[in-house]
Amino acid sequence: MKKLISPLDLSTGEIDEIIALADRIMENPSAFAHKCDGKILATLFFEPSTRTRLSFEAAMLSLGGKVLGFSSANSSSAAKGESVADTVRTVECYADIIAMRHPKEGAATVAASKVECPLINAGDGGHQHPTQTLTDLLTIHREKGRLDNLTVGLCGDLKFGRTVHSLIRAMMRYQNIKFILVSPKELQVPDYIRDDLVNGGFDFEEVERLEDAIGAMDILYMTRVQRERFFNEEDYIRLRDSYILDAEKMTMAKSDMIVMHPLPRVNEISTEVDSDPRAAYFRQARCGKFVRMALIMKMLEVE
Amino acid sequence: MLNIDSLEKGLVIDHIQAGKSMEIYRVLELDKLDCSVAIIKNARSKKTERKDIIKIEDRIDIDLDVLGFIDPHITVNIIDGGQIIEKKQMKLPERVTNVVKCKNPRCITSVEQELDQVFCLTNPEKAQYRCLYCEQEYARK
Repeated sequence: MKKLISPLDLSTGEIDEIIALADRIMENPSAFAHKCDGKILATLFFEPSTRTRLSFEAAMLSLGGKVLGFSSANSSSAAKGESVADTVRTVECYADIIAMRHPKEGAATVAASKVECPLINAGDGGHQHPTQTLTDLLTIHREKGRLDNLTVGLCGDLKFGRTVHSLIRAMMRYQNIKFILVSPKELQVPDYIRDDLVNGGFDFEEVERLEDAIGAMDILYMTRVQRERFFNEEDYIRLRDSYILDAEKMTMAKSDMIVMHPLPRVNEISTEVDSDPRAAYFRQARCGKFVRMALIMKMLEVE
Repeated sequence: MLNIDSLEKGLVIDHIQAGKSMEIYRVLELDKLDCSVAIIKNARSKKTERKDIIKIEDRIDIDLDVLGFIDPHITVNIIDGGQIIEKKQMKLPERVTNVVKCKNPRCITSVEQELDQVFCLTNPEKAQYRCLYCEQEYARK
């Protein structure tokens, strides 16, 4: 595996290997502290994303490697008009592996075609963000002990939410997964995702109110509903509270349901939920570092 | 019935969907040819009632993938000595390069210099193509 552009570039077997390795790292991080001694990760962030960049850098530093890079296009030669292709070809001379984020969709595909070294797409606009999906899968595996036989609820903006689309596609590859899609009509999943669900014969339902469906879920994946996505103010006022998870709604959920969120959250999960043991989103963020450690090791072919 | 001289040697691009001939003329850059080129619009057709035809009075090399992408129902007849010596049936190509542009303003092709515009066949039944980079579907007119 030399390039990771989309979560579906990985077979379920490869995902299993990454998850198993991440598990081993989490059990005994010190055993992996020198696995990447002498290796350099370049983090090329043409748009700012503090969380993703820091998790990549923390992952490489925790493996004993070093990091270099830039955190916005302004502080790179892109500001002078250099192409993505030229930037990555130059950086390849200085680094062993590249993690790249770019605001334009498909930028990672361009970069991957230009370099020999391993390259990880750390987000290309609204297109793909495979390490978020891997983080989500590791979190589900650790929290639920399995990736099959689950009822997965996804709530909020399901139309524009890239993480939601990737997670649905990734979970569709496991046995006996049921999806409950909770969103206002304006923000339902795009047709191509619904077509995949229908054509694949998946059990799924689309509902408008979280209260109506939360009781059936093993996992609740929350995303933010932005006011500007609504066509009219009336609908926004009518529905906004349906997409805010609070302690009262949590009383309707199973005792072993978990709440996930890609973060950052704004107000879609009340802070009162944070202390509920079912709130898994900060544990999910922690998984983000370990899954990236496992991925870097796999891509650098470090044993 | 409009009469166009029959070809002694050249190509006949036949069964073009009515109205598409100018697009093919443009994409194949037929305006750059020195030989005679005839565009027949709205010719009568047994199969589709109306069709367009392009006749080229020279044996030029044309990109059959481009024709297949625009319309897989097209046939190309190669004429020599006033006879059809070969009939080529188009099919949907696996990918086309620099034929159409990605219209997604968020696609990397909108900013990256000298990047080929590549579309790949993702659903042959629907003749659906997606941009190699951003995966946006190419919307046919």
